[in-house]
Amino acid sequence: MSPAATLVLQDVSVRVGGRRLFQPLDLTVTAGRITTIMGPSGSGKSSLLALICGTLAGPLRPEGRVLLDGVPIGHLPPERRGVGILFQDDLLFPHLSVGENLLFGMPRRPGTATGGRAARRQNARNALANADLAGFFDRDPATLSGGQRARVAVLRTLLAEPRALLLDEPFSKLDMELRGRFRRFVFDHAESRRLPTLLVTHDMADADSAGGPMVTLACAETKAEP
Amino acid sequence: MDLQRRGLVRWLAAALALALWPQGGFAQQADSPVTGPDDPRWQAIVQQARGQTVYFNAWGGSDRINDYIAWAAGRAEDLYGLAVVHVRVGDISEVVSRVLAERTAGRSAGGSVDLMWINGENFAAMRENGLLGEPFTHLLPSFRYVDTEARPTTVVDFGVPTDGLESPWGMAQLVFLYDTARTSEPPRSIPALLDWAAAHPGRFAYPQPPDFHGSTFLKQALIALVDDPAVLQRPVDEADFAAVTAPLWGYLDALHPNLWRGGAVFPQAGPQLIGLLDDGEIDIAFNFNPSEASAAIASGQLPDTVRTYVLEGGTLANSHFLAIPFNANARAGALVFADFLLSPEAQLRKMDPQVWGDPTVLAYDRLPGDWRVRFQALPLGIATLSADDLGTPLMEPHPSWMTALEAEWQRRYGS
Amino acid sequence: MAAPLRELRNGAPARRGWLALVPWATLAVFLGPVVLGLIGTLLPAFGILPALGGTGLTLTAWERLAAAPGLAGSLWLSVSTGVASTLLSLAIALAVLAAGYGTRPFAWVERLLAPLLAIPHAALALGLAFLLAASGWGVRLLHGLGGLAGADVFALPPLHAPLQDPDGIALTLGLVVKETPFLVLMGLAGLGQVNAARSLAAARALGYGRMTAWAKVVLPQLYPQIRLPLYAVLAFSLSVVDMALILGPGTPPPLAVQVLRWFNDPDLSLRFVASAGACLQLALVVGLIGLWRLAEMAAARLLRPWLTSGRRGTSGVLGRTAGVLGWAAVAGTSAAGMLAMAVWSVARRWRFPDLLPGELTLDTWARGLALLAGPLGATVLVAALASAIAVALSLGCLEYEDRAGIRPSTRALWLLYTPLLVPQIAFLFGIQVLLVLLRLDGTLAALVWSHLLFVLPYVFLTLSDPWRALDRRYARAALCLGVRPRTVFWRVKLPMLLRPILFAAAVGIAVSVAQYLPTLFAGAGRYATLTTEAVGQAAGGDRRTIGVAAVAQMAVPLLGFALALALPALAFRRRRGVA
Repeated sequence: MSPAATLVLQDVSVRVGGRRLFQPLDLTVTAGRITTIMGPSGSGKSSLLALICGTLAGPLRPEGRVLLDGVPIGHLPPERRGVGILFQDDLLFPHLSVGENLLFGMPRRPGTATGGRAARRQNARNALANADLAGFFDRDPATLSGGQRARVAVLRTLLAEPRALLLDEPFSKLDMELRGRFRRFVFDHAESRRLPTLLVTHDMADADSAGGPMVTLACAETKAEP
Repeated sequence: MDLQRRGLVRWLAAALALALWPQGGFAQQADSPVTGPDDPRWQAIVQQARGQTVYFNAWGGSDRINDYIAWAAGRAEDLYGLAVVHVRVGDISEVVSRVLAERTAGRSAGGSVDLMWINGENFAAMRENGLLGEPFTHLLPSFRYVDTEARPTTVVDFGVPTDGLESPWGMAQLVFLYDTARTSEPPRSIPALLDWAAAHPGRFAYPQPPDFHGSTFLKQALIALVDDPAVLQRPVDEADFAAVTAPLWGYLDALHPNLWRGGAVFPQAGPQLIGLLDDGEIDIAFNFNPSEASAAIASGQLPDTVRTYVLEGGTLANSHFLAIPFNANARAGALVFADFLLSPEAQLRKMDPQVWGDPTVLAYDRLPGDWRVRFQALPLGIATLSADDLGTPLMEPHPSWMTALEAEWQRRYGS
Repeated sequence: MAAPLRELRNGAPARRGWLALVPWATLAVFLGPVVLGLIGTLLPAFGILPALGGTGLTLTAWERLAAAPGLAGSLWLSVSTGVASTLLSLAIALAVLAAGYGTRPFAWVERLLAPLLAIPHAALALGLAFLLAASGWGVRLLHGLGGLAGADVFALPPLHAPLQDPDGIALTLGLVVKETPFLVLMGLAGLGQVNAARSLAAARALGYGRMTAWAKVVLPQLYPQIRLPLYAVLAFSLSVVDMALILGPGTPPPLAVQVLRWFNDPDLSLRFVASAGACLQLALVVGLIGLWRLAEMAAARLLRPWLTSGRRGTSGVLGRTAGVLGWAAVAGTSAAGMLAMAVWSVARRWRFPDLLPGELTLDTWARGLALLAGPLGATVLVAALASAIAVALSLGCLEYEDRAGIRPSTRALWLLYTPLLVPQIAFLFGIQVLLVLLRLDGTLAALVWSHLLFVLPYVFLTLSDPWRALDRRYARAALCLGVRPRTVFWRVKLPMLLRPILFAAAVGIAVSVAQYLPTLFAGAGRYATLTTEAVGQAAGGDRRTIGVAAVAQMAVPLLGFALALALPALAFRRRRGVA
């Protein structure tokens, strides 16, 4: 398990041509805390997350510095940043079984006790069991309910052992009852692994439930506050 | 690596050819014919041909012909260790085009065509543009059996002397086909055809010139209609084309409204006439192979009530040939295969209507051993005319007439 | 594809490696030779062809071309059949998409697509010719029906038949039957890009009838997606040779056929005229595409007020019926034509007016198979190689797009389609000379490459839309799980897109199998394919052997499509979520 880390943003913004999507942002997300970023549609919330995990595309250009545990990661390709992300949709790979989806993201450490083939499988099965999904390893993702798929997506992200977690409105597509339970599930896991977590949402209930600091992305004059 | 090695082999073969070639250059034109299979010059060629691959480019539109060529290729392999590949083409002009492309690119050796089936205009064009190499028929032992006297078209191709640049392969004479079950009295002359067509509108067709069969029909009609056919044997620019051909255009103007599809549509290729006759779309067809009807009956393409006839006063005849392009890669192999195709064995089989039905170019009385008897004993099929019935063949007009006729036809009816 | 053009201006994004070379390599493989080939045609048009003694610039060829009898008629025939068939194909394709897209019976349209695309042009034309001929199946059927009614109609084949008619109606029909399925395929791919279902639902919720909603909301989004394929269809129809030879008139023929006649004329001096004619053919295609574009813009401007006029339209029963009937006619004609070929292949005697052969035989097949075994191997080899290379290059270009985060400019796409837009006869002779110069003629490499010229654009066309329609977040999610881009490509994108990739490969195989002129020019007689055999057989006019050749020629692409559909179904039989 990776040690607790801190995610730091310094003067970060996203540029399109000569224009910034939002005022440069300074932010420190500490381990085990969930920081919420609010902002209206189109304010660049999702682009900010894409910037952090390194998947900005098209005409969007990053600006500023991103540090994970004091080390700049802005120049690294996404797969080497150690930043996990959960999207609105579960994005489970339809051609893989539930278990294969989990194995897909799990690090390989051949020769070690936890990295061998059998150990990885066992690890995945345990994670499923802990999430009330025991026996789902060989299931086709298409046969799962929405809530089950969402939980598998979380497990997949966490089993990849990220050192920071980004949540891109992962609750917005779930119905009210499921939503609260699933939110708790995600937050508990994030906190228990002491992951610095950044949540993007426009739902106040999500922000309240996260319990951490709250930041609003400013389009124009307003200065961001920590 | 492999490519390089093949290139080397080719180079060696070319060098060897130069070394082994007796004299070489145009001196050969005056050279005497080989005395027979034992002539050392022929032996050297056979030796050199062993192991070569000959790309024989020939029209591939007929199962029977394809089967025959496959048989001949097998025999050549057995007899001479020669690999013959039949490149089946839709129109030999495609091959002329390829040889031209090779010349354009400056490839004077190692060409892709070793031997090609050709005659008439294509031969004249290749010869005129230097796409054929040196004379070669005097090197073929079987050439001495060719009936150059009774069949002058074996050495004069559409009025152009072949000068040994192509070897005769088969004979052609225009015959007309009709189905006795539908037609009792077919028209036996060009003028009679016009009257018959008026009485049977839509029941006769000729392919659109410059299709070979279509142009042949024009020439056949012209010979019948012209005052003095002798003028046609000289180049067209020595005659008054308009005056000489005026009767032909008058004839066609009258004939066309009574043609198949009212003369608005013409069959695109000669062999299509056979299909149209079988389908009952037309009642009179024609073909350049006197045995075609029998062969088509044998293979189920025509009913067995079909018969052939020739026009009073005779029909056009010519020969078809094999030529070797100037840059042939396996010239020795091409010579050997051309000679085999001219051999009594190959010619006899070719003449069998069960096989192909293409008349031989050989003179029976020059053949050795019992070959003469075997040729005479060959059944030619129910719809094939005897040599006597075929009558006197007409000589092809000078090839310049064909070009001029095609252009004028195109101007009048083709646009 | 060809992304570098735009990419250079943006500065180089990180991490592309050798992939960056793929678009360049694709372009080089592609355009260089076409340009050289065009030069090889342009020079003779102006009198330069040393092999035939042409060494100085002259305009003689153009003068002879202008004086050629029937030139105006040929031009008009090309334009009328080309434009009419393109318009008609487009109308049917759009009508059937509008009527059916998203409905359950539409599955039938999609199911028929693969076999229809598999039919090679020449085979289709031959089949159609037998349906339309005066002694063909159509007339025989009428004779049979007449007999049932006690009337003796068409005891002999009629004097007139809608085949090779001077107005080119049969040719137009043939082109429509061949091109409509391709436009439907392209339309389907385009619809995946523009999210038609949602737009349609939104418009219908606002009270618009299905067909009106389609015309006002979906079509304006869809049209730009199918513009290039449509131009390819227009260019093909304007310059088609093989179908025109079989279905088109001869007095005069369409321009492309006339040019080919000149190229093949024993009088080699006509080469110069042929080259000039090929240039004219190119100008015709370019000019008409330009006019089409202008017409598009005019139509867009004129129809703009109508879009927002608020007219809801009726249910559009008429349009829907037309779409369904049009599609049924296209599919039915193809099926009947190929069935006719299949029946001929086992016929011994089949005389007019019999509906079915009087005698059956397998002899034709026995002889045919012996003869076709070699060509079959060559066909499969060349098609598989060309298609595999085209798929690999397309995937490389598309993956490069993803990684560099760029989209190809429209200009780059036009370059890709050049071989489809430029008439084959306009550059193939030049290419033949080039191949001979490089000593590549008659090699497998040259043959595969010449096929690739035509296979690659179609494969890219077929593959790019589904590729771009794949939710990019899957790849991002995978990357953020710590997986390298290469692994994402192999283990996420490829499996998820297996079906469109294999389908594109099958389209590539079908395109390769149908190539006649390129095989002839590059193969130098060293490689015979089923298509060169089929054309060779067609010259002989024996419908039985033509039937065998046509069925064999169709079997290869059909098998390709069958595999393309079966393999993913088999691989993912336990994964419902794989589209």
